[in-house]
Amino acid sequence: MRHVLSVQVENEPGVLSRVVGLFSARGFNIESLAVAPVGDGTKSSITMVTIGEEEIIEQIVKQLNKLIRPGRVVDLTEGPHVERELMLVKVAAQQEVRAEVLRIADIFRSRVIDATPVSFIVEVTGSSDKLDACLALLTPLGVVEMVRTGKVAISRGDKRT
Amino acid sequence: MAGAGHESVTIPVDFHTGKSILRRFPAFRMGPERGGTPDRRGKPESGEKSVKLTGAEIIVQTLRELNVRHMFGYPGGVVLTLYDEIMKCPDIQHFLVRHEQGALHAADGYARVTGEVGVALVTSGPGATNAVTGLATAHMDSIPVVCLSGQVPSNLIGNDAFQEADTVGLTRSCTKHNYLVKDVNQLARVLREAFYIARTGRPGPVLVDIPKDVLALKADWENLGGRVDIPSYKPTIAGHTGQIRKAVKLLQKAQRPMIYSGGGAVLGNAAPELTQLTRALNAPITNTLMGLGAYPAQDRQFLGMLGMHGTYEANMAVTHCDVLLAVGARFDDRVTGKIEEFAPEAQIIHIDVDPTSISKNVKVHVPIVGDVKHVLARMNELVMEAPFRKHQADLAPWWVRIEEWRQKDCLHYDQDDETILPQYVIHTLYKLSRGELIVATDVGQHQMWAAQFYGFDRPRRWLTSGGLGTMGYGLPAALGALVAKPDQKVVLISGDASIQMKIQELGTAMQYRLPVKIIILNNGYLGMVRQWQELFYGRRYAASDMSATPDFQKLAEAYGAKGLLAEKPSQVEGVLQEMLDHDGTVIAEFRIRREYNVYPMVPAGAAMKNMILI
Ligand SMILES: Cc1cc2nc3c(=O)[nH]c(=O)nc-3n(C[C@H](O)[C@H](O)[C@H](O)COP(=O)(O)OP(=O)(O)OC[C@H]3O[C@@H](n4cnc5c(N)ncnc54)[C@H](O)[C@@H]3O)c2cc1C
Ligand SMILES: Cc1ncc(C[n+]2csc(CCOP(=O)(O)OP(=O)(O)O)c2C)c(N)n1
Repeated sequence: MRHVLSVQVENEPGVLSRVVGLFSARGFNIESLAVAPVGDGTKSSITMVTIGEEEIIEQIVKQLNKLIRPGRVVDLTEGPHVERELMLVKVAAQQEVRAEVLRIADIFRSRVIDATPVSFIVEVTGSSDKLDACLALLTPLGVVEMVRTGKVAISRGDKRT
Repeated sequence: MAGAGHESVTIPVDFHTGKSILRRFPAFRMGPERGGTPDRRGKPESGEKSVKLTGAEIIVQTLRELNVRHMFGYPGGVVLTLYDEIMKCPDIQHFLVRHEQGALHAADGYARVTGEVGVALVTSGPGATNAVTGLATAHMDSIPVVCLSGQVPSNLIGNDAFQEADTVGLTRSCTKHNYLVKDVNQLARVLREAFYIARTGRPGPVLVDIPKDVLALKADWENLGGRVDIPSYKPTIAGHTGQIRKAVKLLQKAQRPMIYSGGGAVLGNAAPELTQLTRALNAPITNTLMGLGAYPAQDRQFLGMLGMHGTYEANMAVTHCDVLLAVGARFDDRVTGKIEEFAPEAQIIHIDVDPTSISKNVKVHVPIVGDVKHVLARMNELVMEAPFRKHQADLAPWWVRIEEWRQKDCLHYDQDDETILPQYVIHTLYKLSRGELIVATDVGQHQMWAAQFYGFDRPRRWLTSGGLGTMGYGLPAALGALVAKPDQKVVLISGDASIQMKIQELGTAMQYRLPVKIIILNNGYLGMVRQWQELFYGRRYAASDMSATPDFQKLAEAYGAKGLLAEKPSQVEGVLQEMLDHDGTVIAEFRIRREYNVYPMVPAGAAMKNMILI
């Protein structure tokens, strides 16, 4: 099962390596990882996607909670939540396919954020599935490179994550 | 850094005669007399206003504030400022070891016998890397240790500076927590936190890495009496009441209850509560290697150790029980064997302060997160209530089965007149000392024989590296124990290979007159390795023959210690008695049967019930 974990950590040196080191030392999987400072900058939020049997996920959450500095650990998969990921795709689009790229970008409600006579950069946000679908359509048109952020997620409703 | 051992190095030979002069010392006490009013050197006491101190002074004053009296270490460039300060402080005695690993093991041994935090101090780079094995050893066995390490000056960190190592990176996975303190204003707080984290919850080692410049910079310091506030770290102490009630109900109905207690019962000082509960339930009890001593070994309800080299009765009772109460134990693979067949008929109750220990290897039915002492005390209250007793199941048939298993006498051995058997040595040691020794071991067959044949009736008298299995642990750990308990006898049971891993700490023993008694069970092999090769590798003894061992008697004498040797069974008792009676450091070597195995044995990964008996 895939699980989306949200970890709030104090922004101290080495916190991220503590969290990531835990995964490698104990052989847990990280599928994606997104980190950025939040609030007044004293805290960071880490969103990680991990895959494992229920017992493994339970161990992961316990182990994360056991780290001294990281604060809150929430398994977002346990409740309603929204997930978003961002992708930037550079397409080497020559004459004949330029219109097609724009059409696809439009279908996925994405934006073109850079254009040259021979290329576009398309910015897509959404669920991972949406990004995959968009990429699948763009690939035959000449994708040069692509970067994705990894998921960020937040619980729905008025509760704090 | 006060102390007799410090002001003049004890040279163990008389310059005129060339003979050992150590027997001139009537009593081998370490260190100076304590007491009197120590020199405060104008340093503030609790409640006084804050003062400006250098980083090195802050460390010493905070250590004093935390009641640290002994530390083990080894100096080097970046920590000299700190050493200078420690030397000025008469309240803290520093022991110079011979290798930083030894400093950590000594601090670890100190912690195991006292329950207090053991303290080590090492320099940057190689000092810190040498400390890693000691940290990992303490980490695996959950031992409270604080290691201070020097670091290159802050502005050089990351520069491949002389003797630089990424100590925090290197030790991250073998400490409970670690810190790099770049700001002298944070130093006192970090030290207080380090001690607090080391000794609370599930104990463990904490490392504090301190750059050289921080030792010289100044900051305000005041005595806070060790107070800390770490919002993100609050171990659960009291167990959940509903879960405790559920557990007691299960135990009440159990027809075949079994208690399996581990290192947590020792670490949590819960021996009295554990004993009370076990007696009240009239249940059989087994200890892990780490739990030995938490329940009196001589008691009828005690079935001995369980696991790979545990007793037949303990393993069979675990296999056939219907309710298993696990107390501060972590279902290690040396204990469970094949997981699917571990306690297959049982409802399992597990008390542990660390949630990650629960349901990690074996699915637990009634988890209780909390401190053993608190939880057991609460269980005792419930068990003592009348309704419990009235409805308790009749355990007589269960005890009949257990006595049948016991009849196998799985630890039986036959000592002949020719070759010394290791069991005989340890059994005789047990009888001569009436089980009153503090016993340290190294790792291997001798460790298992010690666990099987030296019965501990009290906790905190058994020092062994269980989780990491670190050969070389024993000697420095024994020295740490002697520093903590100078009026008790400490014996190290070692093997001819293990002792050579840390033999240099004999120098420490001599310098501080720590009268450790070292038993070497010499089989000329890496015995435990050879045993596995005999059983599972067709007797191919690849790299396990160590027949070229030193003359241990001469080696002892070279250090100024006493050397004894027993080659025949008839000499064993005499040598042991002489060793115990001698008031200085002794190595007693016993030439035991060379190819000889530890039994019973459950092969790795096999089910507990499939023990190899002898
Ligand atoms: C050669 C060799 C052979 C071995 N053979 C055996 C064998 O046959 N049998 C055997 O038992 N071991 C054996 N061991 C040791 C084994 O590897 C483990 O170290 C040992 O079994 C672990 O013991 P434990 O479960 O008591 O856990 P420990 O490592 O002592 O862990 C303690 C547990 O208690 C918890 N705890 C700590 N403090 C508290 C508290 N205050 N309140 C509540 N919980 C607390 C901790 O969170 C942890 O889960 C062997 C080791 C070696 C080197
Ligand atoms: C540092 C380290 N290296 C290797 C091992 C693997 N090992 C476990 S027991 C053992 C042999 C120990 O031999 P000895 O000390 O003579 O004890 P014996 O088994 O003969 O009693 C070895 C090599 C270990 N536990 N620790």
